[in-house]
Amino acid sequence: MPEELVEEILGSINLHRTFDRGAPHVVINANKVLSSQVVEGLEIEPEELPDGVRARLRVTGGTKIKQPVHLCFGMLPERGIQKILLDVEIEEEAEVSFMAHCTFPNAVDIQHLMEAEIRVGRNARYSYFERHWHSDEGMVRVVPVARVKLAEGARFSTEFELLKGRVGIIDIDYHTDCQARSSAEMKARIFGRQDDRIKIKESASLEGEASRAVLITHIAVRDEAVAEINNEIIARAAYSRGHVDCKEIIQGNGVARAVPVVEVHHPKAHVTHEAAIGSVDSKQLQTLMARGLSEDEAVDLIIEGLLS
Amino acid sequence: MAILELKDVSFRANSTGILNGLSLEIWEGYVHAVVGPNGAGKSTLANVIMGLPDYRQHQGDILFEGQSIKHLNVDERARLGITLGWQEPARFEGLKVSQFILASARDKNREEVDRVLELVGLEPVRYRNRAVDKTLSGGERKRIELASILAMKPRLVMLDEPDSGVDIEAIERIFEAIAHLKQGGTTVLLITHSARVLEKADHAFLICSGMLVDKGETARILEYFSGKCLPCPHKNVPDLNSLRKTGGENA
Repeated sequence: MPEELVEEILGSINLHRTFDRGAPHVVINANKVLSSQVVEGLEIEPEELPDGVRARLRVTGGTKIKQPVHLCFGMLPERGIQKILLDVEIEEEAEVSFMAHCTFPNAVDIQHLMEAEIRVGRNARYSYFERHWHSDEGMVRVVPVARVKLAEGARFSTEFELLKGRVGIIDIDYHTDCQARSSAEMKARIFGRQDDRIKIKESASLEGEASRAVLITHIAVRDEAVAEINNEIIARAAYSRGHVDCKEIIQGNGVARAVPVVEVHHPKAHVTHEAAIGSVDSKQLQTLMARGLSEDEAVDLIIEGLLS
Repeated sequence: MAILELKDVSFRANSTGILNGLSLEIWEGYVHAVVGPNGAGKSTLANVIMGLPDYRQHQGDILFEGQSIKHLNVDERARLGITLGWQEPARFEGLKVSQFILASARDKNREEVDRVLELVGLEPVRYRNRAVDKTLSGGERKRIELASILAMKPRLVMLDEPDSGVDIEAIERIFEAIAHLKQGGTTVLLITHSARVLEKADHAFLICSGMLVDKGETARILEYFSGKCLPCPHKNVPDLNSLRKTGGENA
């Protein structure tokens, strides 16, 4: 039975044929851990809760895990709540990358709530790519919250992608504290349609000298979809550098609001921001139409590029 | 035989006449050039022919293969085989070079992408997966735009200042690509004020203040342009007496 569920979950994201069971991974459906595999230096301690899973992930000091660790969080039922509580510790000089897929193929009324505490040790590297696959009905509420602490020289990158199916409601809240010479890069790429609601709050606090942060948000909204982006970088240390980049394309009755906040407390710190909201650039549109694409085809291609 | 005819085309912007009763014929299979000083209306002419949204409200008519295209949108004109290469090509954040080329290509496969990139002197392995964005130089974007035009195999292409922002090595590749277009049966209309580009044309039109001053053999137009237009003191205001005389003789 768990094997069939694993197949069904992986099948919903087209990975059932290519998924490597020998590679480090965790596959979860609702509150059940269906399959997991660890490698040397990677510890995963899952605990099933009534409405989700709590998991402690640890990469021991100096361990460099070459293969990405695959996390698959699925919710096959039509309705329900799935809480994922993660406690992640990447110890000194360790390196790991996570590839996460969240899939809700049958969603009628699903809530996916994630809370993560992430600590990245001195000179350690941690990257996390999260792709969401939703149904076309969009009856999903996704609320990921992450609190990240980067020690000296640590590198952290995270990328959130939701392009397939309806968003439903998404409310992202990530914050990163950066110590000296550490770097944080947070990206989100989301395509909202119909009455989807997108809310993103990403922030970074540059506490240590020469720390760096880049926050990139690329959103497209069409129909009646609404997006609100509140990204913030606060720089408190000398030679810290930050950049906030919000780009949003709106079509139809879509609405987008971007509030990039930059706050600098040290004369030797430097933080920049750019925000662009609007319909598709007319020159891009005209260029593609002058090659024979219809307006709709041209718009789709431009959005595909922006969100790629 | 004319593939494109302009019949008494006038276009105004903010009550200023940019094109003023322009009539000309573009013969099929040749490389033509439209030359003139800055502000003569050269780029406007290309935009009007392409039917860009801000250039649709003009007087007169435009015929493509004998049929009026005045009522057609940009994409409808493009599907007839008309296209335009911009002086400053657009940037497309995130869009790969291969996606950009394939969007216009008749043969939608990777071999075609590689073929046209090689034709414009760009190594496919280095460029096909790059984004058409600010990480490319103006010259590189110019060549990638030309590659997309080569993949489209148009009937008529207008290239607005094809040497603009392009280094010496790259301009030779662009000239080769123009020759390749002509060999493939594409009619080319170069919009330029560069003698070097003008020399590549079989035939040229000289315009000033949105009016046709002269047309004919490239060498003669180049001589006229270099001798009279470039040193002209009244900046894009044609000497109407000379215009009538010259136009009457050569039009």
